Amino acid sequence: MDDTKRYERLLDRYRNGDIDRRSFLGLIGAAGLAYGVVSPMGRYARAQDVSQVRFDGWGGVVSQAFRELAFNPYEAKTGIKVVDGTFGGADEYLSRVKASQPGEFNIAHLSGVFDYARYADLGLASELNEDNIPNLDLVIPKLVEVLRNYTNGSLSAVPYDYGTTGIAYNKDQISEEEAKEKGASLLIDEAYKGKIGGWSDWRTRIWMAALQTGQDPNDIQDMDAVWDAIRTHRDLALKYWTSGAELMSLLAEGEIYTTEGWSGRIYALQDQGHPIGYVDPENGYGWQECLFVPKGSPMEACEELLNFMLEPEVAIAVAEGQSYPPSLDPQKVDLGEKIPNLPAFDPTGTLDGLTFANPAYWNGNEQEWSKTFGRIQKGY
Amino acid sequence: MATVEARERRQPWILLSPALAAVTLLLFVPLLFIVVYSFWLRTATGADVVGFHLDNWQEALTDPFYRDILLFTLKIAAITTIVCGLMGYPAAYFIARAGGNRALLLLLLMLPFWISYIIRTMSWINILGVSGALNSMLLWLGIVDEPLQLLYNQTTVVLGLVHFLLPFMILNVYVSLEGIDRTLEQAANSLGATRWQSFLEVTLPLSLPGLAAGGLLCFVLSAGTYITPLVLGGPTDAMFANLVFEAIITQLNWPLGSALSLMLLAVLGVLVAIYNHFVGMSQLAKGFG
Repeated sequence: MDDTKRYERLLDRYRNGDIDRRSFLGLIGAAGLAYGVVSPMGRYARAQDVSQVRFDGWGGVVSQAFRELAFNPYEAKTGIKVVDGTFGGADEYLSRVKASQPGEFNIAHLSGVFDYARYADLGLASELNEDNIPNLDLVIPKLVEVLRNYTNGSLSAVPYDYGTTGIAYNKDQISEEEAKEKGASLLIDEAYKGKIGGWSDWRTRIWMAALQTGQDPNDIQDMDAVWDAIRTHRDLALKYWTSGAELMSLLAEGEIYTTEGWSGRIYALQDQGHPIGYVDPENGYGWQECLFVPKGSPMEACEELLNFMLEPEVAIAVAEGQSYPPSLDPQKVDLGEKIPNLPAFDPTGTLDGLTFANPAYWNGNEQEWSKTFGRIQKGY
Repeated sequence: MATVEARERRQPWILLSPALAAVTLLLFVPLLFIVVYSFWLRTATGADVVGFHLDNWQEALTDPFYRDILLFTLKIAAITTIVCGLMGYPAAYFIARAGGNRALLLLLLMLPFWISYIIRTMSWINILGVSGALNSMLLWLGIVDEPLQLLYNQTTVVLGLVHFLLPFMILNVYVSLEGIDRTLEQAANSLGATRWQSFLEVTLPLSLPGLAAGGLLCFVLSAGTYITPLVLGGPTDAMFANLVFEAIITQLNWPLGSALSLMLLAVLGVLVAIYNHFVGMSQLAKGFG
């Protein structure tokens, strides 16, 4: 049975109610991942049965969604081991890919157009055959175009979900009115000294500092003011967090009252009953996540997987599991009841309300800004 | 006869060869790669430029940023070592003089090694956090009205390092104390010395090599730590290993990261050389068993 028929039969069983959603996701998720995984000996192994697969993602509730909804049932039914790696950020993952053999890493749940561009600049971009991914037509055009524009019209990834990095706050300590009024400036409010957190990511810190100094994050004119705002935040902050799990822990335990945060993680905290509010300030940091296929991966099989992962039933179920809206266009696909209530969801499908990082602009400054931020972060 | 002698000469090398091969392949060859890498350059996109360039070394050696973080790292390592020494010596002395309970105490000393270092480090968050065990107890006893902010500062970094390294210090001092002939103390006492005087004049000087070995281990391990400042430190508590991580992972600047890691290696290497000159490496081996 070829890949397409296997996927179609599985989808039919799900639509007919023969298998539940968890089992369905488990089977397709890991089955798809199996295509993407190769070892340094992958070119030889591809000719044989897959015994182990690898997927790299963000950990925490996101990986939990993949693990619980996809990998566990898949392993139980097929006996194929799924190696689901995690990373703290795309920088870290890039280092691993750089140190690996071509094709050793296959599918990554990467964030942001910025990372897509960075990977492409390093020569890691593959070229997907879009004829093999008809479900790409269901994806919000803006999400696709921003990727396509960077790789000269071709694609190395399909957009899979999107979200925002907005301002999270403890509702017991900070009112919604205050959070909305102050926006990103809440993070440099002396009243909360020692109770402020922040992601140790130079892009996010500069983005927030641009908002705090009233500048366009994609066209910063006064970098000195930005660095000063970052220093102010540093001196008021208790902790720079380095992972989503740490972000959630700091907020949930009351160690900090406010920080910027990822919309899905904050939704997960709210879902757990923690008194955490979330606001997207004007020009808040919008981003998308994509399923990126590095050069050297078995393309045809990966394209099959990507197309299947974009089937509405699959994409919606995974989106509900990880609390980020799927990349599917709500004007073309009925996204159900839960998705429209997720933070950052745009019912119009235009995403006009979100500001994405201009990859050329941010990449062009990456070397200097990341280094400068590293110094300021440590007290300079 | 000559054949027998030649075989006896070869025998130690034959026995050593697996270990030598492992050290060569897993330590010296990777180290050589790092040395080579340190002379390369990084382009704006993160790609490497192969060649022989001194830029990274010039930056690492002349930029006050790296010097200051290195000095801060050495300061934290020194404080950790002193605290470990002050806490570890009495504990080691107690174990060495514990008689029949010694085996149990040594077992208890080894217990923390059964738990991951990262888990042990993170456990302090549950102890010292705003809603952690200590604050909960203080609130319950009515000693404080508001939870104290105890985490994410230099003190918690040192605390985490001491928690990690104290057993190394105790073991080294214990081995040294165990090797001291108890009749020397008795002789000092019989000559009129008090117990305190016999400790100061006899036991302490003879146990100093163990204290030095423990101190060296604590210093080197804490100076190279990465996890503890990341988990328990505040915004400005980064140590030198965090710079290496940042250069390699965040900035994708492997050449600069290589130069920085070699710089730290050189500083710690000098320290080990000084130790070897005055004390000798054989004392370290005793501490390991």
